[in-house]
Amino acid sequence: MTTQLVNDIFIEQAAVTAPQTPKKRFDAIGVLGPLTVFGLFLALWYGGRLLLKPYKRFVLPPPHRIFTQGFGDKIVREKILAATWLDVQVAVVGLGIAIILGMFIAIVMAQSRTLERSFYPYFVALQAIPILTISPLIGSILGYAKSPRIFVTVIITIFPIIANTLFGLRGVEDGYHDLFTLHGVGRWRRLLTLQLPAASPSIFTGFRISAGLAVIGAIVGDVFYRQGDAGLGLLVDVYNSRLRGPATWACIITAAALGLIFFGFFSVLKGKFVDVWNETKS
Amino acid sequence: MSPPSVKSAVPPALTFSDLSKVFPDGTHAVEEASFSVSPGEFVSIIGPSGCGKSTLLKMASGLTDISGGTIDVDRNSIGYVFQDATLLPWRTVQKNVELFAELHKRPAGDIKRLAAEAIELVGLKGFENKYPKSLSGGMKMRASLARSLTLSPKVFLFDEPFGAIDEITRDRLNTELMQLFVRNKFAGLFITHSISEAVYLSTRVLVMSARPGRIIAEFEVPFEYPRTQSIRYTPEFAVITGQVNDALHEAYAPIRKAFGDTQTSGQTTDPITGRLGASNRLPGGKR
Repeated sequence: MTTQLVNDIFIEQAAVTAPQTPKKRFDAIGVLGPLTVFGLFLALWYGGRLLLKPYKRFVLPPPHRIFTQGFGDKIVREKILAATWLDVQVAVVGLGIAIILGMFIAIVMAQSRTLERSFYPYFVALQAIPILTISPLIGSILGYAKSPRIFVTVIITIFPIIANTLFGLRGVEDGYHDLFTLHGVGRWRRLLTLQLPAASPSIFTGFRISAGLAVIGAIVGDVFYRQGDAGLGLLVDVYNSRLRGPATWACIITAAALGLIFFGFFSVLKGKFVDVWNETKS
Repeated sequence: MSPPSVKSAVPPALTFSDLSKVFPDGTHAVEEASFSVSPGEFVSIIGPSGCGKSTLLKMASGLTDISGGTIDVDRNSIGYVFQDATLLPWRTVQKNVELFAELHKRPAGDIKRLAAEAIELVGLKGFENKYPKSLSGGMKMRASLARSLTLSPKVFLFDEPFGAIDEITRDRLNTELMQLFVRNKFAGLFITHSISEAVYLSTRVLVMSARPGRIIAEFEVPFEYPRTQSIRYTPEFAVITGQVNDALHEAYAPIRKAFGDTQTSGQTTDPITGRLGASNRLPGGKR
């Protein structure tokens, strides 16, 4: 009996210490917590809509109708798919341009304090311009189809990329620069083997922020520039004006999902290329 | 190997002549430092914080300009180990050790081989694919040493490499560094704040004064290489560390004066010869 007990204790200890990679235990709080909040949210929604005056209730359709009358409706579904595809194109092209251009600008500015001091204030100013105020101008120049939407996306997404890349490139400690100076390493090589890898955690942070913004940029662009195919922004506007609550919400949910996917994509990349070696988690 | 006698026969790999450094803000960091280090010699410099010890190494390597005097050294054959291991965190141990050979555009096969040899030498075999974040402070320092070893420099500059490492690991790294020195016979110039470390490792110990840094004393350390940890507990070792300590006390004099401390240097006498501890000091502290 006693021996049995002792054995049990030892076996239990062995079970605790033995596995190198501990089995993932069911994370009760991590799963049940958000589920509970989601349940509460739905309850509030169902209840809350009853507080609205009847003629306004189209704004908050019962959630299940978003699926039956929104995503469930074949025409609505096809329109949302087409609009989403268009926004994906605008967001990807816009973000791509912002990444290439933004990193180029940051790298150039990192080469000299004079350049940085001369140009940086204007990028801050660019960031500060409310996009609404210049959207008519953009339309006059680029028209009202796809290219102004891409332009708006670039303007919205480029600043976080410039700022984070520059911050990362500038943040390389002197000790590392000394090390490379000792071995006679030139500007270009230093950039590629030292500065860019050292800046990569910060650069990826910029990518993630801008990825989320790219979707916003594409959708804001839809609302302003209405020629050609409709994006989600225009679709929301149209459905809402026709009092089609479920279809409106189907668009909103799709847009939110799109933003999450963009953000998630760069989070995964960061995990793969940066988090494996980076000591400070962000 | 008997360093003191060999020293005169081998031409120095590193020579400082009347070296001075004045920073743009007027700080006089180093004043007329003259000494040389030959291959197979290991010289330690010990002195108050901020006395210009690191500046001396930076001038030797070319990282900092010199204000006066001359330095004679082959800049293409310098190994420089910083207090911080300065490993690139995004590279594995293997890739970090390969860095210098890679920067000097050695053939790919050589790079791999040199790195593998150096990793084996510092005892990091099996850790090649680890990232620096998963290494202890001592292991990072070993990787840093290995990185410098790949190019087999004739002159090795160490700027307090073990300053941030616990004493037990530090003693072990001291022994390993001493073995590397015996094996490669480079000219070593080592900055430290630890008297015991300086005496254990060195053929000579130089004491530098507070700013402006001058070499005020020089001690020969007569122990044969390879040395063992046990020499740290011999009377001879205690005598030399005592002497260095006295000289260091003097090095701090200007600082003590600034704080109004009038106490004079407590001199130790050699229990064997009865000589006064600081007898080895250079006449007038270099001129």
